[in-house]
Amino acid sequence: MPTQTMLGREIHVDDEGFLTEFDEWDEKLGSELAKNIDIEMTDRHWEVVRFLRKDFQEKGETATTRRVDTAGGFPVKLQFELFPKKPAKKMAYIAGLPKPHGCV
Amino acid sequence: MAASNKPIVPKFDDGPSGRKLAIICSKGNLDMAYPGLVLGNAALGEGVEVDLFFTFWGFDMIHKKRQKKMKFSPVGNFAMHLPIGGVRMPQWLAWIPGVQPFATWYLKHSIKKLGVPTVPDFLDQIAASGGRLWGCKMSADMAGLTTADLREDVIDIITAADFIEMTEGAQLLFI
Repeated sequence: MPTQTMLGREIHVDDEGFLTEFDEWDEKLGSELAKNIDIEMTDRHWEVVRFLRKDFQEKGETATTRRVDTAGGFPVKLQFELFPKKPAKKMAYIAGLPKPHGCV
Repeated sequence: MAASNKPIVPKFDDGPSGRKLAIICSKGNLDMAYPGLVLGNAALGEGVEVDLFFTFWGFDMIHKKRQKKMKFSPVGNFAMHLPIGGVRMPQWLAWIPGVQPFATWYLKHSIKKLGVPTVPDFLDQIAASGGRLWGCKMSADMAGLTTADLREDVIDIITAADFIEMTEGAQLLFI
C-alpha cells in the first residue's frame, strides 16, 4: 500500500490515491484533497462530506449518490453540481473514503 | 513502502471525453426495465453522456400511469428460482393465479431492500443526473399517445432516424 506525505504527515492511500485509513483524515486534509481535483469547497460541499464520513462510520461502506440523496437529503442534481461529472468518486476521495461499491 | 512527496491523485478525466451511451429500452416487464436504468445511471455517474430511447413495450416505462404498474411474470422464464432453497420454478407453477402478483411483489421487495429505486424514482434520478429521455414516435402513434401521457422530463417523441442521428458516435445498448 503506497503512502504519501500531505500536510507534513504520512497518509496511506490505495493505488489510485483514495485514503485507506479512516482516522488519518481531517477536514484540513479534505481541503487539500479537494484542491488536488480542482474542487473549491463551500459550506454545502462540507455538509455532503460530513454526511459521507458519518454514514461510513455507521454503515461501514461509502454511500452511493442514491444514498447521499435519500439518507443524506442532498439531491442527486445538487451532487452533480457540487462534484461535477463523477460525484460518487469525487465525494469519496475528498471525504477520505474508499470508492463506493454499490451499483445504484 | 516508500513515501512519496507527489500525491497520487485519482484520474477523474474531467476533460471532454466525448464518451456517449445510447440505450434503447424496448421491454415493458418490470424485470427488464432495470438493466437499462442501472447501466444508464452508472454511466452518468462516470461522466458519460446518456440518451435513453423508449420504444415498443418499453414505452410503458415513461408512461405517467403505466410506469407505476409494471409487472413481472415468471411465465417462460427458466431462470426464475424460488426464494427458498434456490429451486428452479417449474413452469406449471408459473401459470397458477396469484403467482404473477406474488412474483411482482417479491421482485419489488428485493429491489427495495437493496436501496434501488422504483422505476419512476429511478428515472427521476437519471433525469436529475443529466440523462435525456426520448419517446419513440412509432410506439406513440400505435398506442394513440402523446407527450401529455408521458413523464414531464421526456424531452420529446422522436423518430428512430432522429435518435440514430442524434446519437452518432455513441456506444449502443439494446434492451
